[in-house]
Amino acid sequence: MKPTTFTSVIALGVFTAMGAQANTARDVINGYADLAFAKYSDSLVTAQALDAALDAFIAAPSEETHQAAKDAWLAARVPYQQTEAYRFGNAVVDDWEGKVNAWPLDEGLIDYVDASFYGDSEENNFYTANVVANPTLTVGGQSVDAAMITPAVLHELHEIDGVEANVATGYHAIEFLLWGQDLNGNGPGAGARSYTDFDTANCTNGNCDRRAEYLAAASELLLSDLEEIVAAWDAGGAARTDLEGMSDAQGISAMLTGLGSLSYGELAGERMQLGLILHDPEEEHDCFADNTHNSHYYDAKGMQNVYLGSYTASDGTVTTVPSLSSLAAAANADLDAEMNSKLEATMAAMQVMKDRADSGVESYDQMIGFENEEGNAIVQAAIDALVDQTRSIEALVAVLGSDEITVEGSDSLDNPGAVFE
Amino acid sequence: MRMAVTGGLLLLATSVVAMETREERKARILAPTTDFTKAERFEAFQGGSGTNTKRFDANAFSLPSGTLSFEERSDFFIGNGVFDRPWVAAPSSTIASDGLGPFFNARSCQGCHIKDGRGHPPEPGDANMVSMLFALSTPDGHGDPVLGHQLQDQAVPGLAAEGRVSVRYEPLFFTYPDGTATELRQPIYETTAALAPGTSLNPRIAPPMIGLGLVESIADADLIALADPGDADGDGVSGRAGWVDGRLGRFGWKAMSPDLLAQSTIAFLNDMGLSTAEHDVAWGDCTARQSACRAAFHGDDGGLPEISDDLVDLVVFYSSHLAVPARRRPDDAQVLRGKEMFYAANCTACHTPKFATAADAPDVLRNQLIWPYSNFLLHDMGPGLADPNPTGERLGGEFRTPPLWGIGLTEVVNGHTYFLHDGRARSLEEAILWHGGEGEASRDAFAAMTAADRAAMIAFLESL
Repeated sequence: MKPTTFTSVIALGVFTAMGAQANTARDVINGYADLAFAKYSDSLVTAQALDAALDAFIAAPSEETHQAAKDAWLAARVPYQQTEAYRFGNAVVDDWEGKVNAWPLDEGLIDYVDASFYGDSEENNFYTANVVANPTLTVGGQSVDAAMITPAVLHELHEIDGVEANVATGYHAIEFLLWGQDLNGNGPGAGARSYTDFDTANCTNGNCDRRAEYLAAASELLLSDLEEIVAAWDAGGAARTDLEGMSDAQGISAMLTGLGSLSYGELAGERMQLGLILHDPEEEHDCFADNTHNSHYYDAKGMQNVYLGSYTASDGTVTTVPSLSSLAAAANADLDAEMNSKLEATMAAMQVMKDRADSGVESYDQMIGFENEEGNAIVQAAIDALVDQTRSIEALVAVLGSDEITVEGSDSLDNPGAVFE
Repeated sequence: MRMAVTGGLLLLATSVVAMETREERKARILAPTTDFTKAERFEAFQGGSGTNTKRFDANAFSLPSGTLSFEERSDFFIGNGVFDRPWVAAPSSTIASDGLGPFFNARSCQGCHIKDGRGHPPEPGDANMVSMLFALSTPDGHGDPVLGHQLQDQAVPGLAAEGRVSVRYEPLFFTYPDGTATELRQPIYETTAALAPGTSLNPRIAPPMIGLGLVESIADADLIALADPGDADGDGVSGRAGWVDGRLGRFGWKAMSPDLLAQSTIAFLNDMGLSTAEHDVAWGDCTARQSACRAAFHGDDGGLPEISDDLVDLVVFYSSHLAVPARRRPDDAQVLRGKEMFYAANCTACHTPKFATAADAPDVLRNQLIWPYSNFLLHDMGPGLADPNPTGERLGGEFRTPPLWGIGLTEVVNGHTYFLHDGRARSLEEAILWHGGEGEASRDAFAAMTAADRAAMIAFLESL
């Protein structure tokens, strides 16, 4: 584990009033970067385990090796989802994350998909204009040479001109290749791909060799992408350097803004409330594996452990850093207590959702289904808790991270909206 | 930590002249300033009370208006999610997110409206149009008989796109009266697309997303009052209202959309190939003569539009409430001098500094003093900028005055300083020099200024 050194001698009167034990804002900012390093390192380690499981599966496809690969994918999602608290507020992460976690996925570009529910497909029940089935194909109006499916080809598909063009890489591409489409709507069941889709001796749905090639290439690309982000959080890395270049208030504000943005706009809003509005079974983030409940749960967990400054890795290693909580407690103990209790309330609501899915009562896509009042209410409770904790995060921004730029002139504190009323 | 001075200053705001009617007060506040010794009252808050005073970095255009409540911000953020969402080709498991194409220019709104900011033309040698597209029109203002209203340079897997456009530039030189010479560049377009004889390529850069709900909330009458189609005042600037089925057009480079719902849904249709209740055509802009496109898979499962009303509403809500950034240095001496020059050159004839939003607009948009620097009317910009062909009844040279608020943050937000409808101007200076037609007299006035005053006017624009 990366050693943490606290060399900062900045002594801001406001925050050091509690005595010699108090962490400075800079300690907390550096600790936040150390915690990111720990989380992304754990993501890389579990992705390496996934890569090994995929190799074993491809070498000898069977129900057992297939299941082992699926289990390794699920395990790899646990640390990764806990890193999402770093996505917002850190430009380096936000620019990078589309390569590994973009959603929704261009399934039809990767492999066969069932087109029968589109109604007009008597001749062509399985849509086959995809990379697995075609050594050359037209994507975005341009011809792409995919004779060999390599990480470079997938990278080219993903990004044209520096802009995300197609979503055919990352965790969800691997997920789709392992599980296949979830054709169950709001009914029970995940994707049900057979291991024989990868068995060149007894191949189902054609092109098993190319499908395996895609899987291996996607995994290799995921590893190199994760290596890149681990390096970004290491000493001298871009993400860490960005934080080091910020003032204390800006750094703390970036941390809290990241938590608030994930909590409110992204998770409560786009991922959960929107799915509930649409009752769309596939407005779930890990839809092929029916793993959305864990995706949401560990997002929330990641926010809590950023605030508390402690992360427990998949192998049990605990990383503890100077926490936002300690900084908040020094400035306003009541607000820190409120924030802690709201994070706990969110985890409790998320736990109800997770238990319901893990115990087999119903999966997340069923919970958000139309007229499923009980399931809808459980999801709504988690959303409400996220919204509620965001209010406290905003209060913390005001206390700890206020660097609101004052506009010149005395009118700046006036209300221009009132002039015509 | 905070000084409790707010209350005292609010008293100043309410100390208005007694006996003044609301209309008189509005006229007084909206009258063009004649005092350039200091910033005008509230001038810093370009977008009214929801102005972004917090961030002037790469996310400066992406913040919710400060007038939204905590609860309303939820819809804003969900709308942001829809705006960023990469739509995928049908068929897919993500039924609510599929239906892209078959032909398209971009797979998400954000794909062109990068960072909610201004698009750009491709860099030299780069073949991909990102954040720029080409409308198509015939000499009588209609779409191409085969390719439709717009050239889509992308297509779903298995389908060939309509073609690509490449751009190169030829240098043009402009010499100021003081002898200073500067180089401009004239774009030349070539396409692989099979355009019908006479069809023209009409370039369009994606415009910034800030303050659009405020623009929508200006009363029609306040804009129509600024039109002077016969140039009755003889200042060389006419300006006319662009009508769309009897409604005032105010969005898009040609003011072809009367409101944000219309603008959003036509962008879904033509730019991404996504149908809505407003444009319930799953194949987007493919014409009857593009049979492979029409026969491709579409996302209109169960006969419903590809994009549901809920999603459209969220995108419109989001588009309505992106905060306009505050002015950075409205009191700076050079900026104030530049502002004086901007007025002196009569730039304000089209780039109208300020408006009041309507009293009957939605709560969070009404009665705001805003500073868009546009009259949102159509003006002839001269042959140098003109599209070869008209669009509907808009003449080739007619463009809607674009708002200038936020223009000084283009480089911070988007990493470039390309301006005008086709991004040919590489700086604000070049953009001014390209003004012809009704803008020519102001262009000449700018050119005749001293170098110091020209720099001051640019500094003023950069402070917006």
